[in-house]
Amino acid sequence: MSAPLAPARPSRISSAVRDSSTMLRRNLLHARRYPSMTLNLLLTPVMMLLLFVYVFGDVMSSGMGGGHADRSEYIAYVVPGILLMTIGGTLVGTAVSVANDMNEGITARFRTMAIHRGSVLFGHVVGSVLQAIISVVLVGAVAVAIGFRSDAGVLEWIAAFGLLALVALAFTWIAVGMGMSSPNAEAASNNAMPLILLPLISSAFVPVDAMPGWFQPIAEYQPFTPAIETLRGLLLGTEIGDNWWITVVWCLGLAALGYRWSKTRFDRDPK
Amino acid sequence: MPSSVMHTPRCGGPQPPVAVSTVGLRKSYGDKTVLDGIDLRIPAGSVFALLGPNGAGKTTVVKILSTLITADGGQARVAGHDIATSPAAVRAAIGVTGQFSAVDGLITGEENMLLMADLHHLSRREGRRVAAELLERFDLTDVAKKPAQSYSGGMKRRLDIAMTLVGDPRIIFLDEPTTGLDPRSRHNMWQIVRELVSGGVTVFLTTQYLEEADELADRIAVLNGGRIAAEGTAEELKRIVPGGHIRLRFTDPAAYRSAALALREASGDDEALSLQIPSDGSQRELRSILDWLDSVGVEADELTVHTPDLDDVFFALTGSDRPNRPNQPKEAVR
Repeated sequence: MSAPLAPARPSRISSAVRDSSTMLRRNLLHARRYPSMTLNLLLTPVMMLLLFVYVFGDVMSSGMGGGHADRSEYIAYVVPGILLMTIGGTLVGTAVSVANDMNEGITARFRTMAIHRGSVLFGHVVGSVLQAIISVVLVGAVAVAIGFRSDAGVLEWIAAFGLLALVALAFTWIAVGMGMSSPNAEAASNNAMPLILLPLISSAFVPVDAMPGWFQPIAEYQPFTPAIETLRGLLLGTEIGDNWWITVVWCLGLAALGYRWSKTRFDRDPK
Repeated sequence: MPSSVMHTPRCGGPQPPVAVSTVGLRKSYGDKTVLDGIDLRIPAGSVFALLGPNGAGKTTVVKILSTLITADGGQARVAGHDIATSPAAVRAAIGVTGQFSAVDGLITGEENMLLMADLHHLSRREGRRVAAELLERFDLTDVAKKPAQSYSGGMKRRLDIAMTLVGDPRIIFLDEPTTGLDPRSRHNMWQIVRELVSGGVTVFLTTQYLEEADELADRIAVLNGGRIAAEGTAEELKRIVPGGHIRLRFTDPAAYRSAALALREASGDDEALSLQIPSDGSQRELRSILDWLDSVGVEADELTVHTPDLDDVFFALTGSDRPNRPNQPKEAVR
């Protein structure tokens, strides 16, 4: 009789879910107890939004829109990019908290306990994605408050939400990998900087065509540009074209890469 | 080789089951060998102390046996499971309190306990009961609702051990459990270890304090330079070093010099103005030495009787002299 072996598989899955949700609760508890970090990271996209709409809005829109200045038109252009930047901002928080956590004795304790090995990472990832989504909703609310309007229907909204969640998931795995490979919080913060800079050099603020020729490939062939274009299409009805599947491929690739990276790092002997 | 001499097989009676055993455990970091072949055999339900100076490799042994890091060579079984092939089974049987506090400082003591209960898949009610019970037992009920990072060193250490006990582990690793604790907390910790053992738990502890090993451990291994220099009970280890001595201290250099001349078999320390006469510390021998001192007209300002303790063993085995006795006879080092 193979009684001891038979229930092993379902119980492994259920213990993975159970342990991961325990870890998630722990991470959310941290975020709730110490909201200053989350709020700090929210401040950047909100400032960017206000800066670009109110300070640069007229100039940008007259440059882009064929001569006439129209701030409200620029709000519509810039909001999708700002929403993705918001995700970029929460990623720094993820990398920092992962790096901090790995140096804590509590993680060493988790490693010596009979828990699902991946649950420590899953807790971080799910917690960060939830935080990213909450941040996106808050920044979106600010955007609506200053005049952003969308003509998207229910399906488009669901698709937009799914897109943001997918981007958040993919980049969170990368951020977890960055946090795992950083010796401390400062290094993690530096390593995750490109995730904030990448949206800045995408089509978030100006169309790729408006950039110098040598720079256009950098802006075009990076994950944020197709994601922003897809979001724009969903919220504002612009042309999406190939952008949606390019975004999905980028996200699946980045998620797989980040997962492998984080897992390899976690399975390695700690220092 | 002292380690082989000290293995005293028990005669008669069934052997107790083995909680931890290792054969030729090796670990190096780069070209630095930390563990150079460690053999251990720890019966279930006993306290085992791994004693050694800083950097001897004590923590590395604990990290390997608790599956935190992997060994480069050798085998080890913990609770009947091979650490290399079934680490999950080992983890299910052990509890570990490392040298650095393994508590989550951002959440409260109670939340730390409930986190452990959740990870051991206890029901909500059971988890709350166990958490409350352990917080009470470790005198943490008053601070249970405060973030753990606000705790003192002793409180953190107590919380740490309380968390380790949540899953009722059969084998507990304590890496320097009393380092940095005040004497009172240290005695409390000793009491905790004794209670654990009386409940049938096997305790593997590392320490730099010989007193602690002497106080708690059934068997002691001295780790030095990545090897077990000696292993046995405290009594067995004390037999390694030659007998005790009587120490005479003088305040007057002239009295010291004349005494040193009269007592040729004593070894002297010219700076401390003290003489050491080998002695087993028995009443009879003490009397004859006192008579002899009278007969040669030596009158010391201070006389102390020194019986060998684990400190002597430690310093002898780890090849370093006791700082306050530079004239320790050389043969003790061998």
